[in-house]
Amino acid sequence: MNAGTATVPLKTRLFEYAERRLPALTRLKRVEPLPIRLDRHRIYVLPTRFGLMLSALLLVMLLGALNYNNNPALLLTCLFAAAAYQSVFAAFATLNHLQIAALRAEPGHAGGDLEFFIHFHIAARPRRSLRLRAEGAEIAFDLDHDGAVALRIPAPRRGWLRPGRVHLCSEYPFGLFEVWSWINPDFAALAYPRLEVNPPPLPRHGAQAQWEIERGGGDELAALRSYQTGDPPRNIAWKASARRDELLVKEFETPRGHEVTLDYAALRGLAHEDRISRLAAWVCMAESRRVPYALLLPQTRLDTGLGAEHRHACLRALALAPGAAS
Amino acid sequence: MKSPLPLTQPQFRLTAAAVFVAVLPHLLRLPWLISLPVLVLFALRWLQRRRGRARMPAWIKLPLVLFFPILIIFHYGNLFGREPGSALACAMLALKLMETENRRDARTAICFSAFVLMSALLFDNGLWITVLLCTALAVLFAALRALESPRTTLLPDLRSGALALAGALPLAVCVFVFFPRLGSPLWGAPNDTTARTGLGDRMAPGTMQELLIDDSPAFRVVFDNAPPPRDKLYWRGPVLWQFDGSAWTRPEWLASAPGDGEVRVRGARVGYQVTLEPSERRWLLALDVPLFAPEGAVRGADMSLVSRTRVDDPTRYRMVSAPDYVLEPVLDPQHRRLALQLPPGYDPQTRALAQRWRDEFHGNANLVIRAALDMIRDQFTYTLNAPLLGRDSIDDFLFDTKRGFCEHFSSAFTFLMRAAGIPARVVTGYQGGYFNKLGNYWVVRQSDAHAWSEVWLEGRGWVRVDPTAAVSPQRVQIGSGAAAGASAPWYQADWLMELRNRVDLVNRFWNDAIVQFNALRQQSLLTPFGVAKADYPQLMLAMIAAGSLLLGLLAWWVMRAPKATGDALDAIYAKLRRKLARAGVTHDPATGPLTLGQHASARLAAPQAVQRLLEDYVGLRYACALPAPERIQTFTRAVAALRLSAATQTARQSS
Repeated sequence: MNAGTATVPLKTRLFEYAERRLPALTRLKRVEPLPIRLDRHRIYVLPTRFGLMLSALLLVMLLGALNYNNNPALLLTCLFAAAAYQSVFAAFATLNHLQIAALRAEPGHAGGDLEFFIHFHIAARPRRSLRLRAEGAEIAFDLDHDGAVALRIPAPRRGWLRPGRVHLCSEYPFGLFEVWSWINPDFAALAYPRLEVNPPPLPRHGAQAQWEIERGGGDELAALRSYQTGDPPRNIAWKASARRDELLVKEFETPRGHEVTLDYAALRGLAHEDRISRLAAWVCMAESRRVPYALLLPQTRLDTGLGAEHRHACLRALALAPGAAS
Repeated sequence: MKSPLPLTQPQFRLTAAAVFVAVLPHLLRLPWLISLPVLVLFALRWLQRRRGRARMPAWIKLPLVLFFPILIIFHYGNLFGREPGSALACAMLALKLMETENRRDARTAICFSAFVLMSALLFDNGLWITVLLCTALAVLFAALRALESPRTTLLPDLRSGALALAGALPLAVCVFVFFPRLGSPLWGAPNDTTARTGLGDRMAPGTMQELLIDDSPAFRVVFDNAPPPRDKLYWRGPVLWQFDGSAWTRPEWLASAPGDGEVRVRGARVGYQVTLEPSERRWLLALDVPLFAPEGAVRGADMSLVSRTRVDDPTRYRMVSAPDYVLEPVLDPQHRRLALQLPPGYDPQTRALAQRWRDEFHGNANLVIRAALDMIRDQFTYTLNAPLLGRDSIDDFLFDTKRGFCEHFSSAFTFLMRAAGIPARVVTGYQGGYFNKLGNYWVVRQSDAHAWSEVWLEGRGWVRVDPTAAVSPQRVQIGSGAAAGASAPWYQADWLMELRNRVDLVNRFWNDAIVQFNALRQQSLLTPFGVAKADYPQLMLAMIAAGSLLLGLLAWWVMRAPKATGDALDAIYAKLRRKLARAGVTHDPATGPLTLGQHASARLAAPQAVQRLLEDYVGLRYACALPAPERIQTFTRAVAALRLSAATQTARQSS
């Protein structure tokens, strides 16, 4: 963890420092329960760069009109300035009383994106040109009615993933002021483990059976594929491998109705996370081939089953499995 | 995180509209040499945008950036100053539109448009142009809004732009009124000449024609007491002495030599206040004959008033005049020489005629004048469409064309008098005016411009003779419009003039309250609050106070809680709950309708009606997804008809 901080950008570190030292200022960045209602205590406003540029121009216009003692020109300048600066109220109203009613997320696999659906309650006023920004994701949207927007946040590792501090901002109506608020909802989505790419075939008849030679039956050679660490040597297609300059293994069609036991302990020779990745890939494979499967983990045991719920239970168990003991 | 997204078509259209609206008032004013290429730029951009999304290549843009400054230098001689500066700004703004492809460019262009829009007011600060330009700001704001939230139709953006402007009006007025004005400019005030019509110090046949069809107000007058009769309203402007055969001019040294010019006042004096429109000349106008010069002006020996500075802003001054007077009873020899000067070798026929009269009447000036006026009355016609005159302009007019207007008549008459040995001069100015009953003031328009003659008579001094009145008395009695008769252009039709005269009230207010508002008048703003002479900090304080009040109101309006959301049924149910609460059926927000019913039967004497209503509500709310509107209406009426207070009384008494 300490090695990581050196690479964190200075800005982020400053923010973290500010948060530690000035909790009063940043208290709204803490996790808070839903629904979150935005009000003046937590809506911040600052002029944008364009707003500052316009202010400079207004100053020039003002000086010109005053210098030439040209009252109509001054009136026009005042009108322009008043309309421009009053837009701060419209900007504020864009966020004021906006409610983040609920969050929902579809589980996804680590390494990909998790889609968070943020449900807004607009409180009687359409909200225009809002922007949501979270870790590595940004979306722009309008809210004419109550509704949800989808925010895709990358999931770097398995387990519970919070959307984190979400920056909700708007430059509506004229782009002169930026209003923003930080929301950090008490919500987390589950990121399943990363799936191993090109996993070996499903083990048969549980972990013990994996090393037994079993011929005949309904097994038929289905395909050849590249060797993966942990493939049983007996499955290597030596003749074919010799022709191709790489190791190929024979893949057998597992007939329907067979059961498999996916055992963590049986995957010797692999790192902890790699084992979890492979088990997750096998769960998905078994599910797609309609092979009933059981999952054995050091702390958990899930009995044989099939279907979306069983799959979810298995993947969840894998996702929440504790990290490597070391 | 500003993404350089290309502009959508509606966004671009609104941006282009904003730029065009800003440039338009300048285009109407700029010489075609500059306005035409700018228009071509717009057309090019439009075509290019239609054909595809490709960017404008640099080999087109760069030469254009150089081309316009060169063009402007070619036309004006330099790049700085009001005229060339605004031309350059227009050109650069149009060029900016050429390369506007993303939001950042568009914002810059719109921002700059506001500046260009304002600079148009440096040239013309009339009421209508100001209102138009302020309205044009709505397009700018609409474009800014479109850049924020792109959509396909323009109307919502325009509407919200206009709303933003309307909402900003109170604050704008507050700042406008209280923002401290500069007592003196920080840098040079504008000094460029624009071709504004007005009285000149030169009169040649035809120079006044433009003036006589110009209906813009020249000045306004408020009399202290009853004004003199209309045909006595001769407003004295420049007096012209020198004639070179084609034009009458005023010798420069006369203007710079203030003469005290003896005036004997015979009748009553008339006091009044004149508000002069900016003329970009130095003449001040006063009723014949002014008794003194206003502050900052000089009264010449010929009684014309010349301001020391050019009249670039509306100017107000008080005057006292004597309608009945004897001017210069003893003629200064130098004046006599000037008033008899004639260009040699011009107009022999006129000279001969004058000589004949002189001999005929033995030098009796009165008889010569009468003869001349008789001739003009009998043989001449008043018309604004005067034929062109040749080298001997007076001869041509008197013996050939015999058609003309005040300029021709006064010129010919003065010439005749001088040729007959009577000192005479041409006086230009305005005659008449329109009395605005609503505002109780007189407005004198450019079209009231007039020229007459003055002859010097022994014992009577300078006497005004208006030969135009001889040929067209209604010119003096009714006004120039009537005198022009059938030849008047349509926009001088009587009813239209009437309308315009009424509208003039608004213009006067504009001039008085807005255009002429200055540091001096600002100081007296706070008099009602006990501050006799407000200084800058006090004005600033007033501005901040009034502004804060307005902004506070706005802030309150923005922060007020949104209306209770929910549908009509919710509202009625809330009403029912309130009624029950008043009747003593206690409940809190978590109490459901069925529990509420139990509470009601416990507390009320006759809970059946309430029970039924609550059952209805449960049916409406939970038994169907979307209840029919009629059922909701029935429920509404039933809730409204529910009376509980009496029932409560009895319930309490019985318990």
